Amino acid sequence: MKLHRVKQLLNAVVLSGESHLDDEVQSGFGCDLMSDVLCFRTEDAILLTGLINRQVLNTVDIANMNSIIFVRDKIPSDEVIKMAQERDLLVMSTKYILFEACGILYANGLRGAYLK
Amino acid sequence: MNYKLAFEVERGDFETAGDASRKIKRTLQQLGISNKIIRKVSIAGYEGEMNLAIHSLGGTILLTVAEKEIDLTIEDRGPGIQDLSLAMTEGWSTAGDEARRMGFGAGMGLPNMQKNADHFQIDSKVGVGTKIAMKFFL
Repeated sequence: MKLHRVKQLLNAVVLSGESHLDDEVQSGFGCDLMSDVLCFRTEDAILLTGLINRQVLNTVDIANMNSIIFVRDKIPSDEVIKMAQERDLLVMSTKYILFEACGILYANGLRGAYLK
Repeated sequence: MNYKLAFEVERGDFETAGDASRKIKRTLQQLGISNKIIRKVSIAGYEGEMNLAIHSLGGTILLTVAEKEIDLTIEDRGPGIQDLSLAMTEGWSTAGDEARRMGFGAGMGLPNMQKNADHFQIDSKVGVGTKIAMKFFL
């Protein structure tokens, strides 16, 4: 699935990394626990989360993930958005809650990331 | 020829925590290490770095890249772990609210470091500190 399709399905707002909307993504992971993100095979997956701090960006970088979608209409601080822009990382925000956002993407063909 | 990098991590510094692990990742990429091994070292390093910020009085991360292995040593200046077997149990943690707000402190860090490393050794003494030595074979 193209990331611009993800954006469309979730009616998401792009906060940084718009040039990556043409990239492909195959899997997703929904979680507010960064330790769990680091325990799974989350490479190249989208991270859907309600946490909006800088460690979310670090986790995505360390785990080689694809992009971030903040759920529940959450918008991080200007500092975190600037950090995402400097890292050329695609970050979006959606009004859907985590459960709904994951469900919509799953129903449209995105699959979950798996245990190591 | 060995390549070495050392980083200081301060207690409670969640502003810069993660910087050392990101530098380790970039360095290993520049050295041409495989992505699979880079991810293992980076994740173990990041978990260790967050542990230093969350639990320790401050400490160091030392990366050594040799011909056949990567060594990652994380050593702090205390306070030390009272019960190592409990600390190695998934889900057990003494982390505070700030760490949990960051998405950490769920008792997954040490077990995940052990899972990612090919060799994992942890030693700790209350009042002195904790040393974790990890090896990743190339």
